[in-house]
Amino acid sequence: MSRENLVLKVKPEWCKGCGICVHFCPKNVLELDEDNKIVIARPDDCIKCGLCELRCPDFAIYLEGDENEDEK
Amino acid sequence: MNKYVKKYLRNDKLAHMWCPGCGHGIIMHQIIKAIDNLGLDKDNICVVSGIGCSSRAPGYMDFDTLHTTHGRALAFATGIKLANPDMKVIVVSGDGDASAIGGNHLIHACRRNIDITTIVFNNTIYGMTGGQFSPTTATNDLASTAPYGSIDRPFDIAKLAAAAGASYSARSTVYHANNLEKLIEEALQVKGFSLVEAMSMCPTSYGRRNKKGTVSDMLEDYKETYININAFNKLPLEKREGKIEMGVFKNETYPEYTAEYQKIIDRLKGDK
Repeated sequence: MSRENLVLKVKPEWCKGCGICVHFCPKNVLELDEDNKIVIARPDDCIKCGLCELRCPDFAIYLEGDENEDEK
Repeated sequence: MNKYVKKYLRNDKLAHMWCPGCGHGIIMHQIIKAIDNLGLDKDNICVVSGIGCSSRAPGYMDFDTLHTTHGRALAFATGIKLANPDMKVIVVSGDGDASAIGGNHLIHACRRNIDITTIVFNNTIYGMTGGQFSPTTATNDLASTAPYGSIDRPFDIAKLAAAAGASYSARSTVYHANNLEKLIEEALQVKGFSLVEAMSMCPTSYGRRNKKGTVSDMLEDYKETYININAFNKLPLEKREGKIEMGVFKNETYPEYTAEYQKIIDRLKGDK
């Protein structure tokens, strides 16, 4: 699947707020909310590089095809 | 949900119990990616662990798994491999589990060259029990049992395995996650004992005590400190200080233990 068809998704209930994805995002797309959970603050800036997914220890952020809309 | 998570992890057991920012989840992610890349049969893999933070990983991994006693993962794995020589046996172990409590099992599994892949989750501390120093804690680092700094010199587990006779030995870090995935993939293909030492940060028991900053700072430290072994060997001696080599330390072929064992069985059967 080409990267253009991928969508960045989060699973906040698994997020522990370590901030690794926020730190390593090259486009500053991500933020932590007041509960220290991940939010995609600027989804339009996302280049779908996958660095957040690569180093998320909690499997809480990932790229997936947009047709698969299960339990987001 | 991440496709690897869906396929290879016990989703009802997640979220996992590792601390916020612990690198172990990143290593577990690379292991399941490597298994997927190789297209290994999920029902023919056994993941064995001992005791410690790292050893919780098989609890989340949806293969045949075994959570054994402290340091004895390789001993159990040896039994599994001898009983089922066609099974892919993966040992998940911590630095203390592999090199202190199970140190003898490690060197003798290397010496025997039995076809087991060992992934050492090295966070250089005993995280679960409260931050005691382990055999891989760097000299002068603080630990709960070394409040004025550890005076011991650390083990280099990858080199230890190479010297003890393993077929394959490599090291990477959770910062270099893609490289780590590649090394685990290589290790899984080796016919013989293979070991990948994965450096992982422990922000709770190690980072806080040693003032290493945030988890992201610890990852940036890995980026600065670890360099490829070929680049390291080209550095003049004075520039090597503070750098640690990573990459493949050894990849050689030796007679494999279960194959040699089978040869004896075949020979004795033939003699009848």
